[in-house]
Amino acid sequence: MIRIKCPYCGERDHSEFTYGGDASVEYPALDASVSDWTKAIFFRENIRGNQKETWHHTNGCRLWLEVERSTITHEIKSVKACHPQIDKITKNNS
Amino acid sequence: MTSIRIKNYGKINKDKVIKFTWDNKEYSGYEGDSLASALLANDIRIVGRSFKYHRPRGVMSCGVEESGALVTVGSGSKRDPNVRATTQELYSGLNASGQNAFPSVNFDFGGINNYLGRFFAAGFYYKTFMGLPPFEWGKGTGIWMVFEKIIRKAAGMGKASREPDPDSYEHANDFCDVLVVGSGPAGVAAAQEAANQNLNVILIEQDSLLGGNNLAEKAFDSSLLQKQLESKGIRVMSRTTAFGVYDNTVVGALERVTDHLSNPNTFLPRQRFRTIRAKYIILASGALERHIAFNNNDIPGVMTANASRQYLNRYGVLTGKKIVITTNNDSVYQTAIELHEAGSKVTVLDSRKNIKIDLPKEIEIHLETLPFSINGSRKIESLDVCKTSDKTNKNTIICDQVLVSGGWSPIVNLVSHRGIKPVWNEENLCFVPGEIKENITVVGSAKGIWNNEDCIQSGIVGANEAMNSLGVSKKTISHLSVGGWSNPINALFEVKSNKFPSKSFIDFQHDVTAEDVRLAHREGFVSVEHLKRYTTLGMANDQGKMGNIIGLSLMAEQLDKTIPEVGTTVFRPPYTPVPIGALTGRNVDKHFRPLRVTPMHQWNIDHGAKMIDVGLYQRPWYYPKKNETLSDAYIREATIVRKTVGICDVTSLGKIAIQGPDATELVNRIYTNPFAKLPIGKARYGIMLRDDGIVMDDGTSWRLGENEYFMTTSTAAAAKVMSWLEELLQTRWTDLKVNVTSVSEQWAGAAIAGPKSRDVLNECVLDPNKITNEKLPFMGVLQTKLKDGTPCRVVRISFSGELAYEMYIESDYAHGMMDILWENAQKYEGCLYGLEALGALRVEKGHVTAAELDGRVTIDDAGLGKMASTKKSYIGSAMRKRGVMGADDRDMLVGFYPLNEKETFNAGTIVCEKNNIHGQGVGRITSVTHSPELGHWIGIGFVKGGLEKWKDVTLVGADPVRDKQMEIKVVSPHMVDPEGKRMYA
Repeated sequence: MIRIKCPYCGERDHSEFTYGGDASVEYPALDASVSDWTKAIFFRENIRGNQKETWHHTNGCRLWLEVERSTITHEIKSVKACHPQIDKITKNNS
Repeated sequence: MTSIRIKNYGKINKDKVIKFTWDNKEYSGYEGDSLASALLANDIRIVGRSFKYHRPRGVMSCGVEESGALVTVGSGSKRDPNVRATTQELYSGLNASGQNAFPSVNFDFGGINNYLGRFFAAGFYYKTFMGLPPFEWGKGTGIWMVFEKIIRKAAGMGKASREPDPDSYEHANDFCDVLVVGSGPAGVAAAQEAANQNLNVILIEQDSLLGGNNLAEKAFDSSLLQKQLESKGIRVMSRTTAFGVYDNTVVGALERVTDHLSNPNTFLPRQRFRTIRAKYIILASGALERHIAFNNNDIPGVMTANASRQYLNRYGVLTGKKIVITTNNDSVYQTAIELHEAGSKVTVLDSRKNIKIDLPKEIEIHLETLPFSINGSRKIESLDVCKTSDKTNKNTIICDQVLVSGGWSPIVNLVSHRGIKPVWNEENLCFVPGEIKENITVVGSAKGIWNNEDCIQSGIVGANEAMNSLGVSKKTISHLSVGGWSNPINALFEVKSNKFPSKSFIDFQHDVTAEDVRLAHREGFVSVEHLKRYTTLGMANDQGKMGNIIGLSLMAEQLDKTIPEVGTTVFRPPYTPVPIGALTGRNVDKHFRPLRVTPMHQWNIDHGAKMIDVGLYQRPWYYPKKNETLSDAYIREATIVRKTVGICDVTSLGKIAIQGPDATELVNRIYTNPFAKLPIGKARYGIMLRDDGIVMDDGTSWRLGENEYFMTTSTAAAAKVMSWLEELLQTRWTDLKVNVTSVSEQWAGAAIAGPKSRDVLNECVLDPNKITNEKLPFMGVLQTKLKDGTPCRVVRISFSGELAYEMYIESDYAHGMMDILWENAQKYEGCLYGLEALGALRVEKGHVTAAELDGRVTIDDAGLGKMASTKKSYIGSAMRKRGVMGADDRDMLVGFYPLNEKETFNAGTIVCEKNNIHGQGVGRITSVTHSPELGHWIGIGFVKGGLEKWKDVTLVGADPVRDKQMEIKVVSPHMVDPEGKRMYA
């Protein structure tokens, strides 16, 4: 079972979280072209190794987290809040 | 084999006699017995019949690896098949019986299969039903269906109960610093060492007694060990199997709570499924003794050598009088000495030469000697032996038991669960765990360390590794080397026989013989994974614990490769079977999923509602008057709503409070229609799209203040929309100053719908002057108070198409709101209406819900293209017209009428052209109802190209599930009051 160390709640089972998606995607502006949006929505690297992904602490503090996870071993290298200000606050408090 | 209970041996309580039943006859054993030891003590030899050939089988081991003594325990709904008699503790009243036999294991008609063996070789199913050469008769599925039933009956194991499981199960969660699996010498040493450093230690042991292989020692005292461990603060969990190791050093464990009790307390669960989250795992799971393949090596009386020692010293059962031990390693000699001391005549056959062993002279030893074939069918009469150099020249030894030791296999299963491939150790002829990069280590014989003292030392080293990696210590680690026998083992996996048919079994449970492996090779199944599946080697519920290595060695021999080159199959959890009930835990019946109720749930029931499950919610379905059916009731309710007024619980809609200076900006970006200029005190119906341009949900948002909105979502998408808003605000639009809060549980809501709804409202609120057509126009929002002073929110909004309102109140006041609404609605001959009438009203209006917005539908498909702003960008605006999503022949929302007004149809009906009724047709009907207004059945759904294309065409509604077809026509989805005059009234 993957265990994720939520910066607000502490280490919890993955069943408390919902997987989001690729955290490295930069979503284009709302008025960007279809091709930019197509790239952002549909094109994904199939990474063998460390991958940044978003997880939602759905049954917890409801923070969206950026999790760096090895797709080979499931080892989690780092976890931080996606929102830069929340990230700052949780880091100061820890 | 003649097995007897003997004096002065065993850790059983001879003062406590326990009566039990085997195949309908009563026997007795002692407290501390296993079912297997009690059967052996009663000299019951045949306890099972084999899978394919129905050969008699006896007890072959003393633990979880057992593949002969599989029995059925209990009866009726408590019947538990394929229980290993070796691990089932004896209790008073235990009722066990043999399986896969008729009429009994002692005399079984199925035994005829033993003589038809050549027809049941590997790949039997595949070959037989490819046709029977040379006639190619009976080819194909039809003939398979005929024979399948017969074969199913003939092959197999115990039968599961067909009744619901009457037992209860629990889930439990544990946390610790160090988890030690196994309480043998290595595990105990590791646990004690870690506990000495004040670490939080759990020690789990699958057996009822602690000690592991120490239980085979005559002088060993298990209860003393238990006390010692507990005094150090170690949490000891016996009767608990670590069946799987998962990511992040999490272990799945099964605790058998009452399986050993005659009359367990009813509040106790039968078993507990434990999830143990450890920081470090030390696996001291031990090793299993292997068999040797030779002819008739499955006759009752054949057993692993160490098992016999366990029966002697743990259970006080001497398993034979004239025993032949056949081996290729040193591990059997202590057993030989103890069996001799207990009174048996012991002969040892060792395949090696030049070995140094001190034995009492009464024990005969034959070096360079192999077992060749057992004589006897229901019991062992004698053993043919031969020299390693000359297999043609045989001697016969009269005996009643043959003990086998073909070497030891470390239990690498749990490490393999982590994807770590075992490594072949040629010197000790076994797989040992490969390199582990996680917080897991393996100690003792699970690592291939054979000596007791070395195992203890290895346990201490393992504990030091754990403490180093947890930062408690910084000790230098020096691993012990694998092995430890004074005379090296030699390779002995099979003694080949030229006898035909040879029955040298390697997987006893699935009746796989050495010949089957060669056959698979001849037929081209040369990879181990193919070999496994073709022969079913290692696929029974013991998962090849005893026979896998022999199979691999035989395949290696055929391929002229080494065992590591052939490789091994992957072990997956569970290590031993886990009942489905334990996985389910308490999540059964009403607890299968949580029940959500609205705050007026009881009020609805008190007022006669029949409820229906909608997702997790229970909502009022209809409110029948005397003798009314569902149809009677909802037609009456819908009719009254259109005529006077109806009240309906709509609390299950999702509700989100959106607050902050950028609230307007957020709302404007997520809805397709403009929200930037929505005035305070007004609401708007909105559609939101996904990034890819497909409709996500619809709902309303009310502007309560400059920086505050109250959003409602559909019941089905409430959670999804909430997560979506959070995602946008936390990951993409982190500059927006806005906060979203789910308030679905905080507000109760009711719809008041019908021409008299304004009159009813005015009776209910404090200041009736505020609710006029002018002061509260369509989509107007009002924050006001009920007559009793309770604050409430009212919006003029219509799902039914009538003049209608929704009223929201803080959840605790829901009953009061319903009381006052209902009291006044009755003055206007109103009614309470449920989900069925709600559905009828909205289908008449062509309003969509989750049944239509199913994740494939664009805003244009739903006929709501006008709500997509061209003046602003929003989520999905770029993508909603891309490629095929802008095509003309998309499935578009329409209404359906049956051509014959007396016909009915169902949701799910496939819409087809008249002369082309097949496949997915040209559309689908998603929601249907009887329309009280129109007097016949109507539906909404989708059809390719929409209304324009099919306006005057008769189509066919095909309902293959109900074997029904009807002629239908396509109409506008707005079937009642298309201009919408009523809701603006």
